[in-house]
Amino acid sequence: MNCRAEVLEVSVEGRQVEEAMLAVLHTVLLHRSTGKFHYKKEGTYSIGTVGTQDVDCDFIDFAYVRVSSEELDRALRKAVGEFKDALRNSGNDGMGQISLEFYQKKKSRWPFPDECIPWELWTIKVNVVNLANEQERQICREKVGEKLCEKIINIVEITDSLGTSVTTTMRRLIKDTLAL
Amino acid sequence: MDTDLSSQDRKDLDKFIKFFALKTVQVIVQARLGEKICTRSSSSPTGSDWFNLAIKDIPEVTHEAKKALAGQLPAVGRSMCVEISLKTSEGDSMELEIWCLEMNEKCDKEIKVSYTVYNRLSLLLKSLLAITRVTPAYRLSRKQGHEYVILYRIYFGEVQLSGLGEGFQTVRVGTVGTPVGTITLSCAYRINLAFMSTRQFERTPPIMGIIIDHFVDRPYPSSSPMHPCNYRAGEDNGAVYPSVEDSQEVCTTSFSTSPPSQCVFTVTKAHFQTPPPVVTDTLKVPVMGLAFSHQLSSSRLSYQPAALGVGSADMGYPVLFAGGLNAAHPHQLIGPGKEGGVPPIPNQPAHGTQADQERMCTPLDGVHYSAATPSSSEDTETVSNSSEGKCGSPHDLLETIFIRKVGAFVNKPINQVNPPDSPETESPLQGSLHSEGSSGSSTGNTHDDFVMIDFKPAFSKDDILPMDLGTFYREFQNPPQLSSLSIDIGAQSMAEDLDSLPEKLAVHEKNVKEFDAFVETLQ
Repeated sequence: MNCRAEVLEVSVEGRQVEEAMLAVLHTVLLHRSTGKFHYKKEGTYSIGTVGTQDVDCDFIDFAYVRVSSEELDRALRKAVGEFKDALRNSGNDGMGQISLEFYQKKKSRWPFPDECIPWELWTIKVNVVNLANEQERQICREKVGEKLCEKIINIVEITDSLGTSVTTTMRRLIKDTLAL
Repeated sequence: MDTDLSSQDRKDLDKFIKFFALKTVQVIVQARLGEKICTRSSSSPTGSDWFNLAIKDIPEVTHEAKKALAGQLPAVGRSMCVEISLKTSEGDSMELEIWCLEMNEKCDKEIKVSYTVYNRLSLLLKSLLAITRVTPAYRLSRKQGHEYVILYRIYFGEVQLSGLGEGFQTVRVGTVGTPVGTITLSCAYRINLAFMSTRQFERTPPIMGIIIDHFVDRPYPSSSPMHPCNYRAGEDNGAVYPSVEDSQEVCTTSFSTSPPSQCVFTVTKAHFQTPPPVVTDTLKVPVMGLAFSHQLSSSRLSYQPAALGVGSADMGYPVLFAGGLNAAHPHQLIGPGKEGGVPPIPNQPAHGTQADQERMCTPLDGVHYSAATPSSSEDTETVSNSSEGKCGSPHDLLETIFIRKVGAFVNKPINQVNPPDSPETESPLQGSLHSEGSSGSSTGNTHDDFVMIDFKPAFSKDDILPMDLGTFYREFQNPPQLSSLSIDIGAQSMAEDLDSLPEKLAVHEKNVKEFDAFVETLQ
């Protein structure tokens, strides 16, 4: 199966990195999350319900929707926090990238390890800018907010264009997983 | 076209499309309520969450959407549209967005209805959740308050984009192919918001300390595309918002309706702090939805200036909705009393009454308030309407405008509307001149116009210095300064105090044990 790769680029100020990353990653995960699958005896399964909640950004004039899952949010925040620290310490002029990969885990027979087959990869390239004064920061708040709106629209367009093929892929993945 | 589709698949598909349309309206309207939405994930499906998404249903919105659809489904040439507009306190309105759910002829015969279409619709709803937060109207709706409110209108038929101004932009939320056509969801939104930036909102000060609640006779100017709905007072056709729309097709509502005599929204997030009496608008309130009732009504909505002295900065909520199609529901908002208001009608009991609702019609003849029950538990909303109005508009463009205007809140009984009475006791000066003294003797000549009475204050004794009140007042108007307040004496005493401090400290140190024993008795 081919892995689809999508790349998004954002330019943000240092303190906006975390929120911008979370906004993009949560939006992707919202589209890729399903409710919990319950396997039933009759060979059928049922799917749980995904709740959503609004998140307001503190450093960006922006709001986004994420899945109502504290565990997911914690995992993302941990990863984004590490990324932010690495970005700060790397000295690469504030350039870096973080990726979100969706893969299928296929169990292999002993002694072979489990196989991880990625089927979708989202990469966010970040460019950290330094601003001189508060006025520039205020302008940056608004501009980054507008840019993130565009990114969300991009993500939605991408997910829509991937459409049926992804649904079929996911369905196959789930069937494979449940069959094991 | 659908000959290859089994009857069961066709039935399922129609059901999916219908509920997708209803959920679409819910997502859009809830995203314009002005507050953050939060729903819980659940690992166990309840059978009532369509598309595996927890999207709450505001019964009124569902009701309006169903009315707009009138049993039809989006089809080629028949789109379902949700129009979001802004209305200022001065009555100016502006269309902000048109969300369109359309169907075209491009069919996907191979697609499986029961799984693939359903999941694609679920994905599309997620996209809608995301996109509704990125259009300009979202930020406007989050800031709505007493200066402007956000309205919605649902209509079915041809898409009308002319009200969006020049250069509007379009964003496509997504598409879902089905065996009977391709469903497309998109949004056209205005980008020229110059109207907002140059507007200045004037306010007139309240009259005599009374904050007037504002209800306009016809909330929309004649140029507005929206049509107000004429509510017939007292008519009740039992159109209570059902919590279960169809017994076989329930998918939502965790909310129950209250009895027809009340239009009550119970607050899911109880932000209000003051207890009842609460104020219920008699104007129909369209969507209250979630956490509104108390706060909404207390915060802002006011179409006339000087509406509220209430600081609405902390109120995120408000929203005004124009419901589409024949709304007949006088939706009342309940809000806590905040400031002194104008209750020209008698004080109402704690529960909303039918009478108030029946009087809810335009033109408004005044401010009607009724207390209503405060919110109870979370996740409960009750809405009911007691009357149904008629809509005179053409069927295609039937729309109902719900407008809620909230002004001040009444937290005083009606008999406190007027400024407080002057004190009963008269001033001493007056007492010396007029006859209505509270003390003293009267000459008892009732036939005279007025009678002179000697005012003898209780603190003036006859044996020391016989004087009337006026003399006493003049005598003691300028009393001498207290000696302890004079600087010299003050300084002198302070110096003496400082000198005596060491001696006092020595004495206290000697008696330490006594003090300790005393403290122990206190513990």
